[in-house]
Amino acid sequence: MGAEFVQFSLTPILIGILASIACALPGNFLVLRKQALIGDAISHVVLPGIVVAFLITGSVAAFPMLLGAAGAAIVAVILIEAIKRLGNIEPGAAMGVAFTSLFAGGVLLLEQSDTSSVHLDVEHALMGNLESLIWFKAQGWSSLWDAEALAGLPDELIRIAVVCALVTVLTVIFWRPLKISTFDESFAQSLGLPVGAIGFGLVVTAAVAAVAAFDAVGSIIVIAMFICPPAAARLMTNSLERQVAWSLLFAALSAILGYVFAGYGPLWFGAQNAVSAAGMIAAVSGLILALACLFGPYRSRVGVGREEAV
Amino acid sequence: MDAFVQALFLGAGYNAALVGIGAALLGFAAGASGTFLFLRKRALVSDAVAHATLPGVGLAFIIMVALGMDGRSLVGLLAGSAVTAGIGLVLVEWMSRKTRLSEDAAIGAVLSVFFGIGIVLLTIIQTMSQGRQAGLEGFLLGSTAGMLFQDAVVIAIGGTLAVAAIFLLRRPMTLVAFDPEYAAASGYDVRKIDLAMMGLVMAVTVIGLKLVGLILIVAMLIIPAVTARFWTEKSDTVVWSAGILGAVSGYVGAAISASAPALPTGPIIVLVSAALFTLSLFFAPARGVAAAVIRRQRFQARVHHRQGLLALARQEPIHDKLTLKVLGRDGLIRPDGVATDAGRAMAAKVARDERRWDVAREVHHDVSLTGRYDGLTPIEDVFTPDEIAQFDDVIGKPTAVEGA
Repeated sequence: MGAEFVQFSLTPILIGILASIACALPGNFLVLRKQALIGDAISHVVLPGIVVAFLITGSVAAFPMLLGAAGAAIVAVILIEAIKRLGNIEPGAAMGVAFTSLFAGGVLLLEQSDTSSVHLDVEHALMGNLESLIWFKAQGWSSLWDAEALAGLPDELIRIAVVCALVTVLTVIFWRPLKISTFDESFAQSLGLPVGAIGFGLVVTAAVAAVAAFDAVGSIIVIAMFICPPAAARLMTNSLERQVAWSLLFAALSAILGYVFAGYGPLWFGAQNAVSAAGMIAAVSGLILALACLFGPYRSRVGVGREEAV
Repeated sequence: MDAFVQALFLGAGYNAALVGIGAALLGFAAGASGTFLFLRKRALVSDAVAHATLPGVGLAFIIMVALGMDGRSLVGLLAGSAVTAGIGLVLVEWMSRKTRLSEDAAIGAVLSVFFGIGIVLLTIIQTMSQGRQAGLEGFLLGSTAGMLFQDAVVIAIGGTLAVAAIFLLRRPMTLVAFDPEYAAASGYDVRKIDLAMMGLVMAVTVIGLKLVGLILIVAMLIIPAVTARFWTEKSDTVVWSAGILGAVSGYVGAAISASAPALPTGPIIVLVSAALFTLSLFFAPARGVAAAVIRRQRFQARVHHRQGLLALARQEPIHDKLTLKVLGRDGLIRPDGVATDAGRAMAAKVARDERRWDVAREVHHDVSLTGRYDGLTPIEDVFTPDEIAQFDDVIGKPTAVEGA
């Protein structure tokens, strides 16, 4: 745990944890509302978003990219809703139509435009580059108090920290309306809560978290973190408060263990090279979910009706 | 454009022709099998299946290389992808049945975790000496460049088998898709049929990996089915028209892609498919948006027509612009708002029908008849001439409307 750790591993782990938490937090509500796959849809449409942003601005600067991705996410959400309502199509299929078409458009644009000079490709979008987000200026733990070294922190860390804080604050502020409208929409309506706006706000918040996390860790972790930690947490408890706490713990655990296994795991087996940290973090979150499915105290469904049991 | 026409008639070279035929077959199989999934409201299960193929591809490559074979053998890679896709499918089923997680959470969990594992395997393969030129990333988005004849044969045979299986299983699968309870009551094993349905989807996904890649194969399964649904209400017709739509998208997409550089096959096929969907969404008869708008306008016109006539009968002034327009168009009022002869006659009829309904409600207590009163259904459609004559006896003889 010396200077090398601080320089090469500390920031990726921190970014991984923050990204995981930022996604898992809204993920709790999405899973409970049976909208878990919104995260999947959003992370697919991020690609066309950043390609369009690149074509307009001609640069791969972070801010236009984020704006493009967020715009694409909102377009996708509206498009899904429009297809659902105009065509009277069930949500899953509407989602499948919208995000695959947008993704195909993104890939086509990417192929058509000259992006060979910049680092913008599909694999990068999927896998992220967590390993490369090192803290170059760090000399050791003491750098944490060194203003000059701190200025050299990767931008991704700052951005994801801000977004993570934002998501947390929003969740805390809107806790009660979120909780009520998630569990009992009619009751929320009768209380005069703007149910539609709350739902849309949740999706937009999720989109912002997805986009920020995507920037740092790639879309594969984003989908995994939206679903796996909250789903595992759901099997641990019956209280929403405790579920959220569990999900955050699982998210952080996945990020840390995933990064460690990816970076150091191959060395234990005598291999030379690290494997994809993003992939490993997703795999660890799946392992946690598998354990929760097998041993979670609240894993089974209570009061299953006959027809549901078929 | 010339290049496109040429490609459309298989004139753009051997490889392009192979890709085109393969894409059409795959499109047919995907469209038809995706229909059952869509009707069963489980369209996105295909997303989980598709993403779950990636670790299988990686594992198959590693195993084949370890055994000293050529790791790029398509059959081997597809067999591997089928294994993990199957595992993913079983896990989705198991998770949504045995735990209290809903199916969408199970889908999301399986797709992200399997994909993550697949990515890990790909990074391992990249570090292997044989792995650098493996080109397994091609399975993410498909790559038709340099497709071999035997690859096309694999796709063709697989696609044909899938279509044959759909033909054989279409009855039970349709039944289960529409009404699982009824299917169960009729003695079908719903779980087995569901699994067969998913197995078919899995087969199509695996066959399509090389051509469109695992992310976009989902589109080929879902979009044609949703599109076909706009055009018909008959289940058999949906299945086969989805197949045809899929085949057309596949073939035309492949032709477009062959006609110019930098037009990747998979995305183009999906975009052709999406274009067909958009057209159908707006212009399909009965279920399309344009049809709905027209229906709504007609309905609006009928309501205004009737309200206007009632107002005429009651000698009330009409202010609503749309009402004036509708009545004027039908020649029932003059431009200055005064009723024409036809208008007065029609108004009298409407007013009388209104009173007939009042009487009908008193005489008949059959709500299934009187309940059909909505102001727009002609009374003649509900009651027989005898009955209407009976109502008229209660009301008395028709009297002339003022001014007639």
